[in-house]
Amino acid sequence: MYVAVKGGERAIKNAHKALGKKRRGDVGVKELSVRQIQEQLPHAVDRVMTEGSLYDPELAALAIKQACGDLIEGIFLLRAYRTTLPRFISTRPINTDKIDITRRISAAFKDAPGGQMLGPTFDYTHRLLDFSLLEEKEPEEDCAGDCGEDREDNPPISRIVDFLDKEGLVEKLADRTKYELPGDLTREPLLFPVDRDVRLQNLVRADEGFILSMGYSSERGFASTGGHPFVVELRVGEVDVEIVPEELGFTVCIGEITVTEGDVVSVYSGSDKAPPQFARGYGLVFGYGERKVISMAQVDRALRCRELGEDIESPVQDEEFVLSHSDNVQATGFVEHLKLPHHVDFQGELEVLRRMRDEWEVRVEKRKRLMDQTAQNDKGQGETCNVM
Amino acid sequence: MQRNVNNDTEALLSDIAKIENEPGYNHAFLDEQTKRMVRRAILKAVAIPGYQVPFSSREMPMPYGWGTGGIQITASIIGKADVLKVIDQGADDTTNAVSIRGFFAKMAGVATTEKTSEATIIQTRHRIPEDKLTRAHTMVYQVPVPEPLRWVEPRETETRKMHAHSEYGAMHVKLYEDIARHGRIATSFDYPALVDGGYIISPSPIPKFDNPKLDMSPALQLFGAGREQRIYAIPPYTKVTSLDFEDYPFEVQKWEDCCGLCGATTSYLDEIILNDDGDKMFVCSDSDYCQRRCEAGHKGPFADDRISDEQGERNAS
Repeated sequence: MYVAVKGGERAIKNAHKALGKKRRGDVGVKELSVRQIQEQLPHAVDRVMTEGSLYDPELAALAIKQACGDLIEGIFLLRAYRTTLPRFISTRPINTDKIDITRRISAAFKDAPGGQMLGPTFDYTHRLLDFSLLEEKEPEEDCAGDCGEDREDNPPISRIVDFLDKEGLVEKLADRTKYELPGDLTREPLLFPVDRDVRLQNLVRADEGFILSMGYSSERGFASTGGHPFVVELRVGEVDVEIVPEELGFTVCIGEITVTEGDVVSVYSGSDKAPPQFARGYGLVFGYGERKVISMAQVDRALRCRELGEDIESPVQDEEFVLSHSDNVQATGFVEHLKLPHHVDFQGELEVLRRMRDEWEVRVEKRKRLMDQTAQNDKGQGETCNVM
Repeated sequence: MQRNVNNDTEALLSDIAKIENEPGYNHAFLDEQTKRMVRRAILKAVAIPGYQVPFSSREMPMPYGWGTGGIQITASIIGKADVLKVIDQGADDTTNAVSIRGFFAKMAGVATTEKTSEATIIQTRHRIPEDKLTRAHTMVYQVPVPEPLRWVEPRETETRKMHAHSEYGAMHVKLYEDIARHGRIATSFDYPALVDGGYIISPSPIPKFDNPKLDMSPALQLFGAGREQRIYAIPPYTKVTSLDFEDYPFEVQKWEDCCGLCGATTSYLDEIILNDDGDKMFVCSDSDYCQRRCEAGHKGPFADDRISDEQGERNAS
């Protein structure tokens, strides 16, 4: 009659076995290799690296494989691995002026020094299912021929926002040559109010969908300030990662990473201290991630309201609201913890609810009786009145 | 804000030297620097009873909301000689308790137990054991939302000020509104309590039935909220008062039924639906307490219907 909830251990083991089976799918189909994921699902790999806060395409691909393609689960796997890694040293800030560009566009100017370069993009594709991809093809068919990708040399490319800067039309940045180690919310708790460095770190790690929606909300009018956002520049490419080992005292390049960087500006009407100008929003992610970069820059711009003395009226301007709910590993954990047993609390609520219902019935009955009585009395009085 | 580059080679070497239980990982999963950081937060929490100390919570190999705060505390204080008990909803055999216990058995190589009396560290979600705790126990609570004022004021910047000024009127108003609307305080778990006349805490979602056990407990009680990055504590023998009013004193849940298995009348009971007609029975939520009472010969009305553990395992798997 009473089924004991025993055997949790064996149940867990069996569940994990079932998961392994599901991951493998039909054994008649060749197993997906980590290398294939890394090479052929680069957008998934990049998202997992960005939100997982670890630049390692192979491990990100492994996480995607292990998570059966559930990217948030993959991000979680990578984060849980990352947190165990010892920190040897902090790198120098990456210098995106020296980026080896594979894509660069500006929506603000028709042309600019360095030119526009579309590179690999979904933009301007017609979203028609390409049924030819149903068939496995030999590589030559697709990838042969020059797609205008390689640039001869790699001269530094001016930042377009700097042209605005020269005219004083965009707010001045803090001194970029001054080097200060930024805050790190994987080593310090998030405390409000937060500075821009920690906010940007939070936004990079934030869920792409959440940041996209928050950015979108600011564009649809749920942000009272900051006019139309302009993508002044979006650049994708490889940058060097450099360290300065203490015992050597000079810069050593330890590798290259691919990043997407974006400068978004919108009109700021100025204050007593600052003239009207464009105010900046900034976005940067690992790999290719334009959607995230643009929306991140929008949210960064909106969240600068405190610093710029703008009215705070919309969800996207609310630092606590945005930054406390942006992390999908935290969010998914807490939302999904509702699957855990809660029967002790539920029992408490049942007990309270039953008692409240009993009392409610008594109260309603009593009120009904009183109302009947009053009605009776009123009726009696009414008759008396008529007589008078 | 501290901005150290973590470059403590000594700690690093000791981490590497300590790979014993699970190759590739330090004793009890966390690296020694992180443990030290957590222990510093714990010390501060003990020194300021009930104060929520921010700490830099790490991603654990379990999801946020599934006990990561408690796990980080346990990982930071557990030593080789400790004996660990993990309960969820009062029971040792619920899946998440099994999973966390297994994690520490593997990653820290410690002895585990289901007996309250044998344990030195008890990590818990939603219950305090029925047995009296002693000075030998350290309770580690898994806390989902450490801020008792959260439902009154959602903003951290505001609640911090309210705590600093002991501005707890809003909390009393909330309880008063319950009474005005429902004729009673309708909070049945996570019932706010005042620690040593200072800070109001969330006792974590334990039923209010367990609140009196917080008061003057000989055990050290540590509360960890991983996702919310807070640690707080009730040191041994500290006064803990559940909020109430003179004319509406604090009261705990009572049941008309007794435990169907061991016949206990003073323990917290869970309700179990027996069949499609909705017949039900009640059983102790503290599985160790119930088991020992059964072994001692106590019998409840359903004692003879109990199926064996082996059979239960078969059903579960």
